[in-house]
Amino acid sequence: MADTICRTLRDGGLEGEHAPALTIKDSKASPFGFDVFNYVLTQLSNYILAGKSQSRGLVVVAYSRSPSFYVDLLKRRGIDIASSHDWIHILDCYTDPLGWKNWLIDKDISQEASSLSSFCQDVRNLDKLYSLIIEQGKGLIGQGKDRFSIAIDSVSEMVRHASISSVAGILSNLRSHDQVSSIFWLLHSDLHEIKFTSVLEYLSSMVASVEPFNQAAFGQRVDLENLSMLEQNFRKGKFHVRFKRRNGRVRVMCEEILVELAGIKFTPVLSEDEIINQRLLPKRYGFVQQVQFNLQLSEEERNERAKVVLPFEHQGNGKPIQIYDGRRSLGENKEEALVSTGKLQPDEDSGKGQIIYFRDSDDEMPDSDEDPDDDLDI
Amino acid sequence: MENQNLNLLDRALGLDGPSEPWPLSGRVVLIEDCVETSGSFVLHQLVKRSLSPTSSNVIIFVAFANPFSHYDRILRKLGCNLVTQRDNKRFIFFDMLMLRCPDVDEGKSSEGGLVLLYEKILKTICGLPGDKKDYVTIMIDDISLVEVAANGGSDYVLDFLHYCHALTSEFDCSLITLNHEDIYSSMERPTLILQMEYLADILIKAEPLSTGLATDVHGQLTVLNKGTSHRLGRSGNKIHNFHYKLYVVLWRKKLVISIDKGYSSEKRSFRRTYHVNGRLGFWNLNTLCVTHLLNG
Repeated sequence: MADTICRTLRDGGLEGEHAPALTIKDSKASPFGFDVFNYVLTQLSNYILAGKSQSRGLVVVAYSRSPSFYVDLLKRRGIDIASSHDWIHILDCYTDPLGWKNWLIDKDISQEASSLSSFCQDVRNLDKLYSLIIEQGKGLIGQGKDRFSIAIDSVSEMVRHASISSVAGILSNLRSHDQVSSIFWLLHSDLHEIKFTSVLEYLSSMVASVEPFNQAAFGQRVDLENLSMLEQNFRKGKFHVRFKRRNGRVRVMCEEILVELAGIKFTPVLSEDEIINQRLLPKRYGFVQQVQFNLQLSEEERNERAKVVLPFEHQGNGKPIQIYDGRRSLGENKEEALVSTGKLQPDEDSGKGQIIYFRDSDDEMPDSDEDPDDDLDI
Repeated sequence: MENQNLNLLDRALGLDGPSEPWPLSGRVVLIEDCVETSGSFVLHQLVKRSLSPTSSNVIIFVAFANPFSHYDRILRKLGCNLVTQRDNKRFIFFDMLMLRCPDVDEGKSSEGGLVLLYEKILKTICGLPGDKKDYVTIMIDDISLVEVAANGGSDYVLDFLHYCHALTSEFDCSLITLNHEDIYSSMERPTLILQMEYLADILIKAEPLSTGLATDVHGQLTVLNKGTSHRLGRSGNKIHNFHYKLYVVLWRKKLVISIDKGYSSEKRSFRRTYHVNGRLGFWNLNTLCVTHLLNG
C-alpha cells in the first residue's frame, strides 16, 4: 500500500490537473511519520533516477533536518547524490531559517551553500519561499515541459513561522503549478488545531496516517502492565491511507508498519476483520462523522417514498387526470387539488403520502414565461 | 570508563561502550521530570560521565536554574571537580540566571537575548581547539526558565532550540535539556514540550510509580531511545524502565542510614562502587542522597 502511494506520486498528474498531493501525519503516540517520509522520498528518488516517473527532478524543502542528513540517507539507500545531483536540490530551511547567522558580526562563521543545496534565511516570507522552490525546480528540469516533484519535511515547522492561510496558500499554489508533478509533506497532527490538519487533508489527494499499535497504552504512566505495549508502540504502528480518486470515490487502506534497523517496513494486516478495502469511508475510523448527510434510507422511509404521488404523473386509474396548475384560488379548487395529488393505490382511503401545493398568491396572472414546463408534452 | 561505576542508566544510553566516539554525539537528549520526582540527578550524572578522565568531552553548561556553586558542590561529591574542569576549559559555564529578554512589544528585539546566547555558544564552539571541537556537549538547565526569561515567548524558545539542534548536525555535538512536564499538563496543546519531544533522540522521563508512593521505590526512569542513523550505523528503537530509591546519608557524622538491609556503609567513598542487594547504585547529590537504581 505504501508502494501504491509512491506509484501515484511517480505517475504524477494529467495535463490541466492538480498534482497529486500526499499528507503524511503522525503524533507523539506513534512518531514514525518521518520514517514514512524518508521511505517515500527514497522510492520517488529511485523512480526519478530510473526514468520511470513523470517528474525529472526533486526539490526537498528541509525544515527539520540538514541537507547532509538527506545526502547520508540516500547514500545508505544506494543513491549517491554527492557525485551526481543534477536531479535533486535541497532548499535548506534548517541551518539558518531566521537569518540569525546573518546578524552575527563575525562573518567567518557563515557557511557557504553547496551546489546541492541553497539557503533560505527567511522562512517567514512564504512568497519568497515559493519563488525559490519554483526557481530551483526549473533549474533541475530546464526549459522544457518536464516536471519536478516537491518534498517538504515539516509543514509543522513551516506553520510555526507563518499563518495557516498563507501555508495553505503556498501548498495550493505549488500543487496547481504546471510544472509540479507531485508534492508530499509531513505533519505532526498533535501540534496543531484540528482546523489546520483538516485544511491540509482537503488539499491532499492522499492522506497517510500513522497511528499507535496499542492505543490504550498511550498517555498512561509507565508500569509493568503497559510496558510491553509501550515497547510495541515504540517499534510498530498502524498505517491508514485514504485515497481520493479522480471520479470522486474514496478508498481507504490499512497496513502495519514495523521500524527496524534497516528502516521502515510495511506489512499487510493479517486479521480478516482488519483488512479494509472499501469505496466508502468506513464507520470504525470515525470518518462518517465528517459527512453532513445520511445516504441511507430506513425501511419506513422507503415505504413513505413509495406512497408519494408526484405531480404531473399519470395515475392510470381510469379517472380523468386532474392537474393542478397553481392558478386557481384555494377555496374554489381545493377539492380538485386534493384529487389531483391523490394516491396511486386503488384504495384511495389507504396510504399517507401526499403532496399538497397551495399557491402563495392567487392574484398573480399567469405569464407565458412563468411556467417553463408549458411546452412539455406529458 | 570504569565498568564498576556504570549503572543501568549509563547502559541504557549506550555509555557502557567505548568512550570515543562519544555515544551521544550528534544526539538530542530530553530529560522530563515533575514535582514529585526531580530529574536533576540525571543531568548531574551525565555531567559526570561527560567529564570522565577517559573522554575528551567539553561541556557548555547554560544555567538558568542554579549558580555555579550549586553544581560544583554536587559534582564534588560525585568525584568531579568542576573548578578544575573549568580551568582546564572542559567545563564552560554560562550563568544565565539574570537573563531577561526585552518585552514582546518591542518587536523583533524580543528574541535578541536568545540570539545573543546562541551567538555566544556558537563562538565558544568555534573558538575551541581543533581536537576538542568534535566533542562538545551543550546542556541547558532548564527550558521552563528559558521560557520565563523570554517573557513566555515559547516561539522564541523553540527558535533558539532549533538553532541549538542545528549545531548538533553542524558540529556533531550533543544537546541535553531538562524540562518539567507537569508545567504543561493543564494546557490543551502543550506545543513547546511536544516540539521538544519530537526533536529529541532520547527521552528520559523521571516520574512517580503508577501505583503511587512506596517506601522501597521512590520513582521510575523511562528511557526512550529512538534509533537514529549515525556514522556507526543505525540502532533500533529501545525502551528501558528502571525504578530508583533514595537513601539518606549524613556526611559529617559519617553515618549511613540504610533503609535496606544488607547495605554496606562506606565513609566518604564517593568514588567507590557499592552494592545493595547485588545491584549497582550511584550518588544523587542533589539532595545529599544516594540514588539506587533497581532493575525495573
